[in-house]
Amino acid sequence: MNVVMYEDELNQIQVVVDKLVRDANARVVCIVDKNGQLIAASGETENLDTTSLASLIAGTIAAMGGMAKLLKENEFPTQFHEGVKANIHIQLVGNRVILAVIFDSRATLGLVRLRVKRASDELNTIFEALAKRIPSGTGVEPFAEITDEDIDNLFND
Amino acid sequence: MSFINYGQREINCKIVYYGPGLCGKTTNLQWIYQRTAPEAKGKMISLATEQDRTLFFDFLPLSLGEIRGFKTRFHLYTVPGQVFYDASRKLILKGVDGVVFVADSQIGRVEANMESLENLQGNLAEQGYVLEKLPFVVQYNKRDLPDIAPVEELRELLNPTHNPDYEAVASKGVGVFDTLKAVAKSVLTELRRGAGA
Repeated sequence: MNVVMYEDELNQIQVVVDKLVRDANARVVCIVDKNGQLIAASGETENLDTTSLASLIAGTIAAMGGMAKLLKENEFPTQFHEGVKANIHIQLVGNRVILAVIFDSRATLGLVRLRVKRASDELNTIFEALAKRIPSGTGVEPFAEITDEDIDNLFND
Repeated sequence: MSFINYGQREINCKIVYYGPGLCGKTTNLQWIYQRTAPEAKGKMISLATEQDRTLFFDFLPLSLGEIRGFKTRFHLYTVPGQVFYDASRKLILKGVDGVVFVADSQIGRVEANMESLENLQGNLAEQGYVLEKLPFVVQYNKRDLPDIAPVEELRELLNPTHNPDYEAVASKGVGVFDTLKAVAKSVLTELRRGAGA
């Protein structure tokens, strides 16, 4: 079972994260899947290693999920870490994806939480639609065409 | 579970290096990191203890180029090998597309290898995976050390189903890229098979 993301949904997600950056006065907003793949990012991402950040965010959510299981809790869906200059708010959305907001003194935790709540609802709707689309969609057909030569060519350096 | 992004025309796959403590999983990733062109790799992240033992995971993102207009990216992870970090190992296996089992060839570590392989099978099963159905490559590491078990013996114990396997000296890079290529190929072949099905 593969996770598939289509252009339409990706654009809708991008609209939500762009808006969240503005509404929450955030530095960066990321959407990450639970396996650590970055789905979308917005804000001051130029000098940020978002790929590594995504894998670590998924790691903390996975670790908290593991702890929840040991404590017979369902999930710990929200995490907040406070630094000197930067803070990070991490929210599990619909048990599917992770919404991370990095912010500084221009924003407050209250504002971030409020905006995250609204964005989570919007994201949930998009991901629900995406989940329904997969069985009837075109699947991963382009890869049925991959030849052994295509695969070999990746390693011909 | 590959992540296929039509919006950005990318395929992302997750490969996990598994094996007993001190078998050379992190060393494999370090060698790949050192020998990969800067434009093809991201930062290597190691969540390790002060004694340089892996605590949670190592992570290395690689870009291998394009297939049919899709960028292929591989995210390489290692697990902590020490027995008591089992909870962490389970987490890292989530969404795995391919597994490399790094075996320590030393005779004294034969049992540790077998224990780790059984642990891998058990942890995969918990998440509904069957090792035999996953892209799987075995690496017999530390072939330069004295007192090592013959490859035939290791193969019989650790790779009875004849998956691709390689002898390696990861600290010197021997067999490291062969192993990576084999597992990446196997993952892409599986993706094609899944697409055709």
